[in-house]
Formats: sequence, structure tokens, C-alpha cells
Amino acid sequence: MSEPRAIVQFDNVGLRYGMGPETLSDVSFALMPGAFRFLTGASGAGKTTLLRLLYLAQRPSRGVIQLFGEDAVTMSRDRLPAFRRRIGVVFQDFRLVPHLSTRDNIALPLRVAGLPEAEVEQPVREMLAWVGLTDRADARPATLSGGEQQRVAIARAVVGRPELLVADEPTGNVDSDMAERLMHLFDAMNRMGTTVVIATHDLHLIGRVTQAEVMRLVRGRLLDPAGLHRHPAGTSA
Amino acid sequence: MIPRSVLAGQGGVLDAVGATRAMTSVLGIMLFLTVLAGALGLAALGVSERLDRRLANRITVQLVDGNPAARDRAAAAALAALRARPDVVRAAPVGQEELRRLLRPWLGGETAADALPIPAMIDADLADGAALAGVRAAVLAAAPDARVDAQAAWMAPVARVMDLSVALAAAMVALTGAATLAVVALSVRAGLEAHRATIEVMHMLGSTDLQVARLFQRRAGLDALTGGGLGGLAGLAMAWAGGTQLSETGSELLGDGALSAGDWFLLACLPFLFAGLAALAARRAVMADLRRTL
Repeated sequence: MSEPRAIVQFDNVGLRYGMGPETLSDVSFALMPGAFRFLTGASGAGKTTLLRLLYLAQRPSRGVIQLFGEDAVTMSRDRLPAFRRRIGVVFQDFRLVPHLSTRDNIALPLRVAGLPEAEVEQPVREMLAWVGLTDRADARPATLSGGEQQRVAIARAVVGRPELLVADEPTGNVDSDMAERLMHLFDAMNRMGTTVVIATHDLHLIGRVTQAEVMRLVRGRLLDPAGLHRHPAGTSA
Repeated sequence: MIPRSVLAGQGGVLDAVGATRAMTSVLGIMLFLTVLAGALGLAALGVSERLDRRLANRITVQLVDGNPAARDRAAAAALAALRARPDVVRAAPVGQEELRRLLRPWLGGETAADALPIPAMIDADLADGAALAGVRAAVLAAAPDARVDAQAAWMAPVARVMDLSVALAAAMVALTGAATLAVVALSVRAGLEAHRATIEVMHMLGSTDLQVARLFQRRAGLDALTGGGLGGLAGLAMAWAGGTQLSETGSELLGDGALSAGDWFLLACLPFLFAGLAALAARRAVMADLRRTL
């Protein structure tokens, strides 16, 4: 029986802006399908940059990135949208579309993917209920609190049941109860087969997912490319 | 397919930023001017074509003689010479009463017009391709003092003015069309800047360039149709009012400038044509811009 192929494979990836020093250096790691990986590190360590490479917002200056078994570095622009639809992203700054309601923001990935309206309504309603925003379905982002916006961003990222979920500080603006619920959502998605990568400072968050592994970034270098098992809570991060 | 309700218009991904509102107003003014220029051009074209048709093969034979008997003899001879030629389709004398009636407004009263000796005149239509020189020679052989004029010759300055008006109107329509495209391109660029963050999110969610371009294309087309429709309607109303005023002058020449049903249809199509061009320009501008991003 052949071994499962990595869903994400970074080999000696480096990223440099202009003539400056490398923001990421010699980053190598692999994520197998169904992995749950936390990415930790101090502010400015390069977590967000690494995630941007993961969700195809940027190409590296050097190295090889394999995504879903294909070379993401040399992939033509025309093929990127199809790959991006397989990835759910929770942005640190939410990036909700300001003129769309909560409901339409959550529905956006499904509509972009071309789903008929009849197939959009139910998953959106489920996600609204899941993140506790049913009664705010028609509200515009500007009228939502930071925590509510974050929940909308998470709902939007997961509504399409992506193969890979990438989240940048997804619980930074919610209270501990909501953080717990959201982590359960990520955990449940992971158990259904979604590969999850979460960048976070929150050591308690890491303790809530027993199967999760941890990678640490220090000044653009990955210390634990294989992912350290973090049990008991927080000790290895 | 992304529903229109979500991706355009009120509450859509692209809200109506200031630049697009301004574009609607500017396009309204552009279409108003374009419809007026188009109406002027079509009216001038109508006059020019009808003048051509009416005058192309028509000649006037004039016989001036103080002695009415000699004048009438010469006129009869010229008429007979004309009617004998196979390349003359029609030849008919203009009655003295008709000539006096035409002269009365200019000579100031019945007495003056009746007292003056009036030349005899013959109107004739030549066959297509007939040589004026041959006809003239035949008339002069029969009536040596006759004067033969091609009507097209003395109406040539008017025809040139009409042709110039048509060319000017066409240039104005072309220029306003070009200016419209420039306004759309500027507006789309402003819109792209204003919605840069949203576009980036759309891309990250898997939108193709074409999907994003369609948003702008639809918005530009709708804005152009709204502004252009209002401006076009105002232009049509103004053209109709102007046409009515001209027809009330009773002038045969100006009356030829009345717009036909086909002309009105063409003018009514202009807002739709401009909306289509605006949508196309928006699509091209967005696609070109997005190609520079990842």
C-alpha cells in the first residue's frame, strides 16, 4: 500500500522583500492529510508570512512549495483560483467585505465557487447558528463587534469545507467560551479530514486540541519542522 | 455564477463609491451632447441626401426677353428641343402665374410683380448619366439666348455646408465616445483602488479575474445606462423640440431635415451602445490591472 502524500510540502523555502534580509529562511516541513498543526512564535517571527505562502497569496523567493501534490511556486496564475477554493483562510484582520451582510459574507466562498443559490442557503444557515450569529445575519460588518467579525471570518473560511484550513490568530478577539467553541469547530473539521494550520500566541488554545502538533518560528526559521506533540498542554510551545 | 444581488448594486460587493456616482453624471452629460450631435448630423445628412436626389439631374432653362411674344417663341422652341431628346426624362414650363406667385413676397406686392417682365422658365429632369453639355447645345441651337443651369451647381454651397455639418456631427459623436471611454477607464481605476482590499479577499476565496472583472463591468454598464439613459432622453427631447421648431418655419429645405423613424431609433440606441462600450472598457481595464497581481 502506498503511503499517503503530503498535502503541503515546503522545502528550503525562503522569502525576501526587495533587497532586505530574508523574512523566512530555509523553511521545510510537510503536512499530511488530516494533520492539525499550530504555528507559534513571537510577533514578527514570520507566522503570517508563512501562512500567506500557504494560502497562495504570495510566492517564495526560493525553495519549493508543493500544495495538493502540485508545485505551487511555478503554478500558472490561471490555475491559482481553483487551488485557493480548496483552502479556507481566517485572516488576522478578518477582511470581511464591508458592504455585504453577515449572511452574504459567509456565503461568498460558495458563490465564488459557483454553487446554485439553493445549495448556499442551508450551509450558511448552519454556520450562522454554529458561530452564534443567526440573529445578526443581516448586519453589516461595521455594526459587529470585533469578536462577532472574527466569528464571521471563521464561518466564511469553513463554510465550503476546505481541504486545508489556515487561520491566523483566529481566537484573538473572542472570549474564552467562544474560543472554546471555535476550537471545537476546528477540531471537528479536522476529525472529518480537513488539514488545519493555526498561527497563534495562545498556549491555552494549543492545549485544547489533543491531536495537534506544534511548529515554532523564530526569526523566520522553523525550529520544529516535524511538529512537536504538545501534550500536556502548552509545555512544548 | 455569482448572483447579481450580491455582487452588484445596492448592498453588493462593490458599493457606489464617489467616482462611480460622478461617472453616472458625466455620462449623462456626454450622452445628452452625443444625441444632440447625432440628431444634427442625421438631420444634415437627410437634407444633403434629399438635395442630392432632388437636384442631381435637374436643370433650369431660363429665357429672358423683353418682348413677350419673342420670349414665348424661344421658350416653345427650347421646350421642343428638350422633349425631342431621349436623355431628357421630363421637361415642363413653369407657368407665369406660378413665377409671379413666387416673386410676390420678394417684390413687395401684386402690382410690382405683375408690372415686371418675367423670364420664361423650363424645368427639366435628365436621365441618369445624361451629358449636360449635349443638352445645353441642343437648347442653345433652338433658342440661342437661353440660359441653361444645373440646379446642383447653384445649390452646391448649401450641399457643402450640409456635408460639413454631417462630418462635424460625426466627429463630435466619435469624440464624445472616446471621452466616455476615458471617463469609464478613470472611474474603473478609482473603483479598483477603492475596492482593492475586497478584490484581494475575493481572489483569496478563489475568484477568477473574470469574476472580479464582471463585477466592475456590470457596475460600469449599469451606471452608464442610468446616466446615459437620462442624458439620452433629455437629448432626444431637445432634438424633438428643435425639429418641431424647424418644421414650423415652413422651409422646404429645413423640412428635409426632419428625422425619420430610423434616425430616432438610431439615436435611442446610443445610450445602450455607450453602456456596452462602458462595460467593455471596464472589463478590459480590470483584467489588465489584475494581471499585474498574483
